[in-house]
Amino acid sequence: MDQLVCKNLKLGYENITLTEDLSFSVEKGDYLCIVGENGAGKSTLMRTLLRLQKPLAGTIEYMDDLNAAKIGYLPQQTIVQKDFPASVFEVVLSGCQNSLGLHLFYSKADRKRAMDNMKRLGISDLAKWCYRDLSGGQQQRVLLARALCATEKMLLLDEPVSGLDPKVTLEMYELIEKLNDEGITVIMISHDIACSVRYAKHVLHIGNDFFFGTVDDYRTSAAGRKYLEEGHHHHG
Amino acid sequence: MVNTLIEYLSYPMVRYALIVGVLIALCSSLLGVILVLKRFSYIGDGLSHVAFGAMAVAAVVGLTDQMMLTLPITIVCAILLLWTGQNAKIKGDAAIAMISVGALAFGYLLMNLFPTSSNVSGDVCSSLFGSTKILTLTKSEVVLSVVLSIIVVVSFIALYNRFFAVTFDESFAKAVGTKTRLLNFVIATIIAVIIVLAMNLVGSLLVSALVIFPALSAMRIFKSFRSVTVFSAILSVICALLGIILSILWDTPVGSTIVITDIVAFIVCSIVGRIKG
Repeated sequence: MDQLVCKNLKLGYENITLTEDLSFSVEKGDYLCIVGENGAGKSTLMRTLLRLQKPLAGTIEYMDDLNAAKIGYLPQQTIVQKDFPASVFEVVLSGCQNSLGLHLFYSKADRKRAMDNMKRLGISDLAKWCYRDLSGGQQQRVLLARALCATEKMLLLDEPVSGLDPKVTLEMYELIEKLNDEGITVIMISHDIACSVRYAKHVLHIGNDFFFGTVDDYRTSAAGRKYLEEGHHHHG
Repeated sequence: MVNTLIEYLSYPMVRYALIVGVLIALCSSLLGVILVLKRFSYIGDGLSHVAFGAMAVAAVVGLTDQMMLTLPITIVCAILLLWTGQNAKIKGDAAIAMISVGALAFGYLLMNLFPTSSNVSGDVCSSLFGSTKILTLTKSEVVLSVVLSIIVVVSFIALYNRFFAVTFDESFAKAVGTKTRLLNFVIATIIAVIIVLAMNLVGSLLVSALVIFPALSAMRIFKSFRSVTVFSAILSVICALLGIILSILWDTPVGSTIVITDIVAFIVCSIVGRIKG
């Protein structure tokens, strides 16, 4: 079942078009990896899927009772967060903000959801820690737990492993795979093409080359061969 | 010393000053946490200069209730600054510098061209540094200050969770459907209200001290958003009370005494934070 269908998207800003005529769809339980060189419009695509900005042309259809407010989002970290005095629990709980509705305060169910998601990602014992005192990998887990509070269906991850060391990167990928196995659709932007291809089910390549299809097809495609070789080269 | 204090407290204007001072300190510290974390500290500073310019206009026009003019002008500027800060040709900090310096010059010029009293430099000094303004509040100003403070505190508590969400991560908040634009608008309005209120207490040049010091002090020691907010409110109220009382006892300017108290508290908090690790 399709959850998200994009047709003839044109992305960019007022005068600059980054990508044109982009069509793809995402099924329930899919694991889509979006790759492409810097400036190809990967982040813009993600912002558009989240309705943070409008596409210049084309349509995005959400199905399966999904709307932008029900997508869990893992943004790249901002400078503001680096020294933010907030406890891990406060950050995770803020993922429930879309269920606040007209209420002023979080309900018991919201708090339980936050607790459950912290347990799910193995950070329950960090609940009272200060977010700024955590390691990069722990911070990503906290933000992932927050994203899970916002959704049970689809996660959008923007460079989830950037800045993490190899061991923590691997753990992060395994965690994301586990969540995908539990039935959550994953859409991920990544620089690390070689590694992403190992975990993903579909690949969307934008920029100078275009590709959309399964991982196996990507390996044999022109774009895929070119980038995978470069990737191997970079990572030894 | 205690006797002097009790004697002073029997004057209604001293009691008014204490009530208004405590409320202003409370409001400014609450929003201060958000302002500091959102990297908006300089907006408070810029707005206070705008309020100074507006006050000069109000004085020249001869308004008895100057807040009726300073409040709307400052609110409009606050909204404009937050708005343009995000997507304008002139970058946010440059825009603020322009507006604030412009308002300062304009205000001083007006006060000199159309002097409302024989002592222009005294008037300027008292609006910039507060001096005795807090002790000369009229009853209607006191009532207005109390009402506005209550509105600020209530809306802060009511929107606390949303303020946290939009401060910690605006993109995420927007992505999950929180009305971030509206919230920023509310934050800007509240900041403007606080600046105008706080000008009575410490004068326009010292307003931002009242807004940022308690928040920064609390951030040295505490590790969760809620504890930072609560502690900065308590600290700010204590400093304001202490500052007002000391200024009465030692016959020093109210505004600068409160700010010095805040600075001392900041140093103490920094040391405690270091020791705590």
